[in-house]
Amino acid sequence: MSQKVFAPWDDPNEKPLIRFENVTKKFGDFTAIDDLTLNIYEREFFALLGPSGCGKTTMMRMLAGFENPTSGKMELSGKNIAGIPPNKRAVNMMFQSYALFPHLSVWENIAFGLKRGNMDKRDIAARVEEMLKLTRLTKFAGRKPHQISGGQRQRVALARSLAKAPKLLLLDEPLGALDKKLRQDTQFELMDIQESTGTTFVIVTHDQEEAMTVASRVAVMDEGRIIQVATPDGIYEAPNSVYVADFIGDVNIIEGTVKPAGDGMYSLAWAENEPPFLASSDLPFSDGQKAHLAIRPEKIAITTEKPEEAKNAVQGSVLDIAYLGNLSTYHVQLAGGQIIKAQTANTRRLSRRSITWEDKVWISWNATAGVLLEQ
Amino acid sequence: MRRTSWFNVTSLTLGFAFLYLPMVLLVIYSFNSSKLVTVWAGFSTKWYGELVQNEAFLDAALVTLEVAVASSTLATILGTMAAYVLVRGGRFLGRTLFSGMIYAPLVMPEVITGLSLLLLFIGIGLDRGVLTIVLAHTTFSMCYVSVVVSSRLVSFDRSLEEAALDLGCSAFDAFRLVTLPIIAPAVISGWLLAFTLSLDDLVIASFTTGPSSTTLPIKIWSAVRLGVSPEINALSTIMIGIVTVGVISASLISKRNAVKAQQDMQAAERGAT
Repeated sequence: MSQKVFAPWDDPNEKPLIRFENVTKKFGDFTAIDDLTLNIYEREFFALLGPSGCGKTTMMRMLAGFENPTSGKMELSGKNIAGIPPNKRAVNMMFQSYALFPHLSVWENIAFGLKRGNMDKRDIAARVEEMLKLTRLTKFAGRKPHQISGGQRQRVALARSLAKAPKLLLLDEPLGALDKKLRQDTQFELMDIQESTGTTFVIVTHDQEEAMTVASRVAVMDEGRIIQVATPDGIYEAPNSVYVADFIGDVNIIEGTVKPAGDGMYSLAWAENEPPFLASSDLPFSDGQKAHLAIRPEKIAITTEKPEEAKNAVQGSVLDIAYLGNLSTYHVQLAGGQIIKAQTANTRRLSRRSITWEDKVWISWNATAGVLLEQ
Repeated sequence: MRRTSWFNVTSLTLGFAFLYLPMVLLVIYSFNSSKLVTVWAGFSTKWYGELVQNEAFLDAALVTLEVAVASSTLATILGTMAAYVLVRGGRFLGRTLFSGMIYAPLVMPEVITGLSLLLLFIGIGLDRGVLTIVLAHTTFSMCYVSVVVSSRLVSFDRSLEEAALDLGCSAFDAFRLVTLPIIAPAVISGWLLAFTLSLDDLVIASFTTGPSSTTLPIKIWSAVRLGVSPEINALSTIMIGIVTVGVISASLISKRNAVKAQQDMQAAERGAT
């Protein structure tokens, strides 16, 4: 079975569904969104990720029509939507609190949006049944929101916002109120529904794992700006800044000065009296430039003997061991005082741990394991 | 279980006696067969019988009811609108002034409210009667409604309204279909509060009343000036009865709702898989 890779953002002929062009939003003196330009394509599952106060919710509220940009252009399928009120947009939103109408039954909640148009009564009933089936809520149609569980409420909110078949569905922290286990199941459910309905989803979340799981592309935001937009693996393996590397997952950052070593290789002098680290980089660096080497802990091997093959190897002593069940993380202190985290998978049950506290160990990685970053 | 000490029993008795002794006396004497209010001469219900035939009292009761229904309805509409604008309207010019002003009648002495309304009605040449009492009662009970409703609106999840807008409602539809049904209990409490305030108001009503529109409190007040009659005791007993039934049924309804909500919640949690 051959399947075309879904990547409309790489196709220059593809027309974006949503286009932000130099959008700025100010609340008084506070700049919530700062000169933001972004394209989101049809059928995408786009995640806005960032700490609280980074502007991701403001962006979503602008798409829904609850806020208007202070300046800049905002287009939905080629039409400017700034100033169009929320009830006149083919955009629906699923609220963080779900915002289910407590005085209406599950059925009536889902039918609420449909009844606002001049849709035939029978068509409304058919559409509601379809949504109930999609979200496995048929049994609960007659219940009030306070008579169902949190997970069911979440599905009602989803069904209600999908009922009008919007061009774009906005999800504001849709799984924030669910416990971890339920959240993981629901993430896959959400992806299935997104795929089967073909709706474009934009999700706001502060949970990086959630963003990585569900999204086709992730935008990492900070202080009203988008720092990086890329696919989940792009964000994780090729972050464009220390901020992104640090925000997504665990990372070791080693500061130093670079020196070109030819063939896209650079050597990083990171401490006196220590051999430099070797790292490859797609970005050009000049001689003597300051740089940060970002390496994920799982890409660092930890051994008792010095490995012969590895390009980079350095000795240190074990400071801390965090046993997580499936993984163990070792905090290794180098001679210069830096602490490097190395992670190993515990693939064998009942194996004796060969490395323990205070042990002298070697940590090693190859030249392509890390990313060299300017800032 | 804690032991009931003599101190607890005494304070409970004194407290309740202080609150209810006058009313209990009134109820007892309404069944007195003697015409003299303070002399007990045996049980009788004849004053209730006479009350039914007293047209002046019945007319006054009717006027009171009319005024109370009209003014509390008007006050509820205006008070809810005021509360909605003050809570939801954002920061418009003079908002603080308006919200301060809406609560002013709460602390204003009734005599002053009554007098100023009287001067206004004379000034604009409005004949005093049922209409002027309704207007006066609306004026002072509206702020009570707005206090009750705005305290509910403050805790109202704004995203419910936004969800309604998002699903295609106009602002008015969102209020009519979502906000109003949810805040309805507060609106109804506000209406009941305004209704009771209007029902027992004497001061403002006597300032703004006209010759053809005597309310029950005015009637009772003027009747008492000629001496307390057992008929008034009977009338008051009926009013106490109505209020008691109202309060008890209201609290029973709310208690039943609370119990039901809790059962629903437990059922939902059990059913969640």
